[in-house]
Amino acid sequence: MIGSPFVLLEKNSVRITMFKVMLALIPGTLAHAWFFGPGIFVSLLVCGFFALLFEGLALLMRGCCFRNFIGDGSVLVTAWLFALSVPPLAPWWLYAIGLLFAVIVAKHMYGGLGQNPFNPAMIGYAVLIVSFPNYMTQWPGPVHLVNHVPSLAEAFDLVFAGQGSISVDAYTMASPLDTVKTLLRAGVAKADILANPVFGRLSGTGLEWVAGMYLLGGLALLANRQITWHVPVAFLASVVATAGLLQAFDPTNNMGPLFHLFTASVMLGAFFIATDPVSGCSTPRGKLIFAGLAGFLAIVIRSYGGYPDGVAFAILIMNVAAPFIDAYTQPRVYGHARGGKVGR
Amino acid sequence: MLTAILVMAGIGLLLGVVLGWAEIHFRVAADPLVDKIDKILPQTQCGQCGFAGCRPYAEAIAKHEADINLCPPGGEHGIRQLADLLGVEFKPLGEGLTPKPKSVALIDENTCIGCTLCIQACPVDAIVGASKQMHVIVADVCTGCELCIAPCPVDCIHMEVVHENLGSWKWRYPVFPIQHEDAKAA
Amino acid sequence: MTQPIYSFPGGLHPADHKAESNGRPIQSAPLSPRYLIPLRQHAGLPAEPLVQAGDTVLKGQPIGAPGGRISAAVHAPTSGRVVGIEQHPLAHPSGLDDWCIVIEADGRDEAVAMTAIDWRQAPVWEARAALAEMGLVGLGGAVFPSHVKLESHLNKIETLILNGAECEPWITCDDRLMRERADAVLEGAEIMRRLLGAGELLIGIEDNKPEAVAAMRAACAAAGSDAKVVVVPTRYPSGGAKQLIQLLTGLEVPAGTLSTDIGIQVFNVATAYALQRAMELGEPLISRVVTVTGHVARPGNYEIRLGAPIEELIQLAGGALPGASGYLVGGPLMGFDLDSLHAPVTKGVNCIIVTHPALFPPRPRAMPCTRCGQCAQACPANLQPFEIFLYAKAKNLDKAQAYHLADCIECGCCSYVCPSQIPLVDYYRFAKSEVAARDREKQAAELARDRHEFHLYRLEREKQEKAERLGKKASERLEAGAVAADDPEAARKKALLEAAIERAKQAKAAVAPANTDNLSPERQAEIDAIEAKRKEAGQKETTP
Repeated sequence: MIGSPFVLLEKNSVRITMFKVMLALIPGTLAHAWFFGPGIFVSLLVCGFFALLFEGLALLMRGCCFRNFIGDGSVLVTAWLFALSVPPLAPWWLYAIGLLFAVIVAKHMYGGLGQNPFNPAMIGYAVLIVSFPNYMTQWPGPVHLVNHVPSLAEAFDLVFAGQGSISVDAYTMASPLDTVKTLLRAGVAKADILANPVFGRLSGTGLEWVAGMYLLGGLALLANRQITWHVPVAFLASVVATAGLLQAFDPTNNMGPLFHLFTASVMLGAFFIATDPVSGCSTPRGKLIFAGLAGFLAIVIRSYGGYPDGVAFAILIMNVAAPFIDAYTQPRVYGHARGGKVGR
Repeated sequence: MLTAILVMAGIGLLLGVVLGWAEIHFRVAADPLVDKIDKILPQTQCGQCGFAGCRPYAEAIAKHEADINLCPPGGEHGIRQLADLLGVEFKPLGEGLTPKPKSVALIDENTCIGCTLCIQACPVDAIVGASKQMHVIVADVCTGCELCIAPCPVDCIHMEVVHENLGSWKWRYPVFPIQHEDAKAA
Repeated sequence: MTQPIYSFPGGLHPADHKAESNGRPIQSAPLSPRYLIPLRQHAGLPAEPLVQAGDTVLKGQPIGAPGGRISAAVHAPTSGRVVGIEQHPLAHPSGLDDWCIVIEADGRDEAVAMTAIDWRQAPVWEARAALAEMGLVGLGGAVFPSHVKLESHLNKIETLILNGAECEPWITCDDRLMRERADAVLEGAEIMRRLLGAGELLIGIEDNKPEAVAAMRAACAAAGSDAKVVVVPTRYPSGGAKQLIQLLTGLEVPAGTLSTDIGIQVFNVATAYALQRAMELGEPLISRVVTVTGHVARPGNYEIRLGAPIEELIQLAGGALPGASGYLVGGPLMGFDLDSLHAPVTKGVNCIIVTHPALFPPRPRAMPCTRCGQCAQACPANLQPFEIFLYAKAKNLDKAQAYHLADCIECGCCSYVCPSQIPLVDYYRFAKSEVAARDREKQAAELARDRHEFHLYRLEREKQEKAERLGKKASERLEAGAVAADDPEAARKKALLEAAIERAKQAKAAVAPANTDNLSPERQAEIDAIEAKRKEAGQKETTP
């Protein structure tokens, strides 16, 4: 028997929450398409398709409430974040493998919606970057810098038929982070690195705008109370602080905090990925610690690790610690002491 | 090479001494295992487990002579607690043992002859009476063990099930469907 | 000097639906032909009946005495005849029956002589003693016996708070009571202040009740009282006792203690009104104002005698409109479904809502918890409701308690905002009652263990004493040289026992109905016919 309350907040469901998150991702996606070509739409479509396919398969295999869960929109958000994290014009089977791990292994093997200890999109990304590092570095370059920008039809061709028609070098370029890593290791001076056309005013050309659009979308989510301020503020502050400290100690080998701040992955991570409630922390102080350490780890991996970008791994590492952090940062409950004014 | 071995051995020895000292210095006086087991058992003293009471059963469990799933009044909750305490696997209630609803004994006062046999049988002294005086069962203290029924020579004791009333009513575990009915039927 | 108002975390702003029922004055209900007065309509032990079937009672006559220290009396709502003490369905979430004193009204509505003591002059203890028999309980919903709350305390009560917040949507009975009977409410509060020896009196009212605020302020001015009417922002659950204390004083009641431990006591305005009638007029609690609202013809507030069936109350409000899908007792956030309309109006019934699917849509299917934390943001007690939910769902009650299950006030804010539409409060209620039941079982087990150990000790002791006695006797006998034959003694005892057993067996047989012996043929034929019918109906034949 189900008792009170007998009234509920209107227009409030998991599907609506997921819809709002997807809405907030649109500005960033459009900016990406503006600066890097329409390939992102193809990869979005393909990712969405595979995500729904694998989700449907998993639900059928689990024998549970297919109709209930297939339309809840959570896997579409995973697919969207995944598509924004991996290069847009990769072969279709790359997306399929990534999403297989993201949806079936990282989500449904742990129990489905609300049960995943790791962020599914980041698991997919991590599997791909470890297994197919060459494909994962073939990012399309900014439209004004590459020889050829694949049109929508060519994009479909590239994704499904393989890289036969157009040579990879014609439309891809090393990403800004990649460039930074290789050139710094090679000992090139920072001023020379920054003169490279792949860099814009603050960070990578075009990507700084994409990051700015993610920031806008994230602020919209914040204003709508879908996320709280703790994770984005702590993550971004920690990125700035770590990058700033590193630059202060070793200016020649470290890009500044603004550079790191306006990379797309940091902004996406701060507002959309680290805020995932299932795999992250749920107490206010826990969120600050979780996001703060994730930001620190991301910069450390970027600076000293083997991979050009560390946001995904940083978040995955903190996912491991999230339940522990939660247990030790429980907020003060009404009527219990510890700093609060209780009694006269 | 030799220095490395000596250093590692030295560290091992040091840690061993520290651990040993800590175990002695920080020892916490804990209940013996039998007491801990006895605390979990429901103290009905009914003997359904095959032992003379809850304490003998607890002692048998502690000596690994009895299984943990022999107590119907303790129910599944009791078995789980015993499994947690002893670090063994949970197993369902043993064969032939069914949990009975909570009941208390009631003496038919018209028939009672005042023989005191039931008073001697009750393990918790829940029956008030004396030779050739009326016997009465104190319901608040009766554990429902049913040990008084057999000795009565005139068969005047029977068990009354204690029904749930407004005072003892519990909210039920919420069960609500999340499956579509047609999917379930498939 | 303006009174500072503090805040509490979380809370909701549901649509308040007060306008449906707060526009009309309180209507008095006519007498009903039959009244059911439950013996258990308050927190604590049920009342013990003072009357039996066939007794004539007068209005206001005590018909049930308090069953213990934490208990309250019950009184006859009108004059009439006691039909009996029977089991009837009550307005309770369980839907179970309980003992009720059934009174058939004689229509005359004669009252007992009601004498009021002069509470202004009489010593406080005398006033309290007079109050203890008046059946007064908290009318805000907790139905805790008021005379216990007004007892003297070790701590000085600095602040007496009158709860006029009425934060739950749809309910307006306190609002109308304050608007129409503010003077009586204030006088009741002043009586409470005197009985408690309290310092200041604060009256907390939400800001969606401007007329009630004005009425209470006017009453304070007219009475020359220094009570302060504090207007608090409308937010659910500002009417919760702990939340109102936090709003008006900024203090929190320490967990596991009462508000009197920090010198604060809270009463509902309706309780104050009832107290005033009890002390000024000597009238015990026999009626209350109930809001009838929702999908009903004439939503409003009705003053009805306790014990009247709820169906009559709904008829008074014009009856349920077509399409009504059910009835709620209390508000939509903390109330419960009414199983039977025959249930009587009791001291705890403050509102009846007639539901309709458009007003109260059925709860959508629940999704799994995503730990989104909306519930934690809405919780006024600053809990992490999803943690308690997940552990209660797994029946891990120890962990649920570790996450402060006991501090949950079951306000329903968490379940209201949950995007997965999980009925969270049901899990907390289950967990709490399970914990309480296990505690009771544990206590019973402890008692049984103690008694068993004493039983074993007693047997040992008796054995030892007997051995000593026999030892002494044997040594004496040895000296006397006599060897008694025990056998005749034992045989005599055995014969006596067997004779007693035979007598008992015969007595048991004789207990069978004697009027079935020596029957006339017609009687026997009747009985045979009845037995045949019984057999048809499938019942066992009774032994003649």
